[in-house]
Amino acid sequence: MNDTMIRLENVTYEYKSNIDEDILTALKNVSLEVKKGEFLAILGHNGSGKSTMAKMMNGLILPTNGEVYIMDMNTRVEEKIWDIRAKAGMVFQNPDNQLVATIVEEDVAFGPENLGIPPIEIRQRVDEALEAVEMSQYRKHAPHLLSGGQKQRIAIAGILAMKPDCIILDEPTAMLDPNGRIEVMNSIKKLNQEEGKTIVLITHYMDEAVEADRIIVLSNGEIAIEGSPREVFRHVDKVKELGLDVPQVTELAYELRKEGIDIRDDVLSIEELVELL
Amino acid sequence: MIIDIRNVNYIYNPNTPFEKKALNNINIQIDEGEFIGLIGHTGSGKSTLVQNLNGLIKPTSGDIIVDGINLTQKNANLKEVRQKVGLVFQYPEHQLFEETIYSDIAFGPKNLGLKDEEVDLRVKSAMENVGLDFESLKDRSPFELSGGQKRRVAIAGVIAMKPKVLILDEPTAGLDPAGRDEILGGIKRLYEKEKITIVLVSHSMEDIAKLVNRILVMDEGELVMDDIPKEVFKRASELKKIGLGVPQITDFMKQLKSKGFDVNDDVVTVEEAKEEIMKYLRRKEDV
Amino acid sequence: MFKDITIGQYFPGESLVHKLDPRIKILVIIFFIISLFFVDNFYPYIGILLFIIIVSKAAKIPLELIIKGIKPLRFIILITFVINVFMTKGEVLFYLGPLTVTKEGLSTAIFMALRLGFLVLGTSLLTLTTSPISLTDGIEKLLSPFKKVGLPAHELAMMMTIALRFIPTLLEEADKIMKAQMARGADFESGNIINRAKNLVPLLVPLFINAFRRADELATAMEARCYRGGEHRTRLNELMFDKKDIVIFIVMILYFGLIISTRYISF
Repeated sequence: MNDTMIRLENVTYEYKSNIDEDILTALKNVSLEVKKGEFLAILGHNGSGKSTMAKMMNGLILPTNGEVYIMDMNTRVEEKIWDIRAKAGMVFQNPDNQLVATIVEEDVAFGPENLGIPPIEIRQRVDEALEAVEMSQYRKHAPHLLSGGQKQRIAIAGILAMKPDCIILDEPTAMLDPNGRIEVMNSIKKLNQEEGKTIVLITHYMDEAVEADRIIVLSNGEIAIEGSPREVFRHVDKVKELGLDVPQVTELAYELRKEGIDIRDDVLSIEELVELL
Repeated sequence: MIIDIRNVNYIYNPNTPFEKKALNNINIQIDEGEFIGLIGHTGSGKSTLVQNLNGLIKPTSGDIIVDGINLTQKNANLKEVRQKVGLVFQYPEHQLFEETIYSDIAFGPKNLGLKDEEVDLRVKSAMENVGLDFESLKDRSPFELSGGQKRRVAIAGVIAMKPKVLILDEPTAGLDPAGRDEILGGIKRLYEKEKITIVLVSHSMEDIAKLVNRILVMDEGELVMDDIPKEVFKRASELKKIGLGVPQITDFMKQLKSKGFDVNDDVVTVEEAKEEIMKYLRRKEDV
Repeated sequence: MFKDITIGQYFPGESLVHKLDPRIKILVIIFFIISLFFVDNFYPYIGILLFIIIVSKAAKIPLELIIKGIKPLRFIILITFVINVFMTKGEVLFYLGPLTVTKEGLSTAIFMALRLGFLVLGTSLLTLTTSPISLTDGIEKLLSPFKKVGLPAHELAMMMTIALRFIPTLLEEADKIMKAQMARGADFESGNIINRAKNLVPLLVPLFINAFRRADELATAMEARCYRGGEHRTRLNELMFDKKDIVIFIVMILYFGLIISTRYISF
């Protein structure tokens, strides 16, 4: 057993533009490894290739060149595709467009049903999954009456019920209000810390990326910056140049340093900066 | 005064088991040229309020007077009101329907019965205001554009009606920081250039703090705060209780002060915080 | 404007009627409908009315709610009635201007109106007491014997489920787009029929575009959740007959058998 969850080897992805027939490149020769149990955040502006990368990790699209492995299974091997999707589950941006059933628990059951799990075990998995995202009391509700954050947690439960080792989330909070974002981020952190799930979080919210073990910043299909949140946000100028934000306190520390004040350049939280001053 | 909201109540599904009071005795006066931030968590009544402002729905009781027109009256000319108050919904790009960007933006002005030359002028200036190039884009399909550009087309469609009041319901939802800055920058330019009144509904306290000069806070159908940003963000604990926050930088300054630092904590932007801390450090050096 | 539609609504509950196997309920309603069209005199309708009252009491559904189901169809029932009254030839009862009302006409009219009314009442009893998902399950299972002749029973059921799931979402969206276009001065309420139809373009085009986008995203999400058609699929709640299902089924067959038989037995 090795401890690699996802491996991208020199991955390039090209597609035809739907306006003219130009060939566009979404990813350029990208290599990346995600360890088991790791929490990786992928940042990048719109069109940086981050959604393409997410879809590749679930076998929804195949690279033009290069290989993608999920737990040593190549996504090109057709017989393995359902194993791959059960191991690396995926949550999408729009909570409305990924719920299938008219009742919450039926929706959570959808994945295991597709895997042919016996009914008694599905029941058990559904209950556990709803418990994990703290939505048990809503199991008989209709999804369209829930808030965005609740819907997104149901979507996460639907993936959890497939018992994946890894969950890939493609901008899961982009359409949510602040409370919904907090709810979803709490669920994600809990799954990573308590259940040991590998998390790949695609986002453009910096305060979310700060929670990760490691960040990669994509720009024009290439990895522009890589490292721990501290290392990444140290490059305030570069991050901004790539069309992204840094937390306000990080920016303040950066501004103060420009004024000649001796302060560390990798401040991430309010508490830290308070301590430093 | 351009908008006068007096004792407005709004009840959804009255006299049914699903009855829900969405607005409770709201009183707001808005002057011409104000830039207002409207905040409140989901379900606080802010969407109901903005729909009331251009007559899409009518209050159960109370009066709303827009630029002299009382739109709660039976025979009020709602078309005129909707021209005066432009409303940009959430995810406005989902309502684009024309084959070209030009004709989609022209939809509103044409509904006003304007002459072709005037429509032309308005489309041009609206596109300019949101930062879209007229010549190269006017004949393209709006559906070929990126998400952020589509949204700017939709906003231009409302700006082209030349409203006196422009209401934007979370215009940056779902956009990346660059897309957000483009939209907010456009709104700011428009505000400075055309001197129109703007109401911005947003969840981002940082954006609100950067732009507006007055904040309205809604909670459970009631208007709970109405003040300048500095004053509103001073009440951090109250805001937290109703599911809202303050800009991170405000939070930071408050913690700094509570640790015994002698700084002003009514700071809402990074710029201000920097000045405040520089001042503090200089004072310390002098001592 | 879109929020008044109540047909197909589900009224949640824990009653015996709610818990009955959906296949039994669907079959009973089919018998119910057959008996409606077999009955040719008034007395058996008392039996049918009794069935509706007893079932709705047992399911704890307020009668008003069931009757509300007829409301959107009242015009169709009225038109059927009027056409039958005036169009049937036979023994003349009286004249109404140029129209004649016959005895036969009156009785067919009343029969047709009753049949339609009861038809709606019966089917709304079914939808009120059966959640959409178990309804589709029931239909899928009942149709599955026909899979051998190429009927895509699972796919039909899946389409129904998705349709039911997205109806509220699309109605909400329609409402939103309509308001957004009204805010840009669109007019959906006045003008003649042709203009009105033309004015719907700003509503329908975005609605369709959004529906396609949703469909596309949903398909991707389903694929990511390992959906690959009906084969090898299991269900969270597998349908299983138990004793009460069978007993009730037999009782109902006898009941409607009796009602149908009145056609052939003279009192």
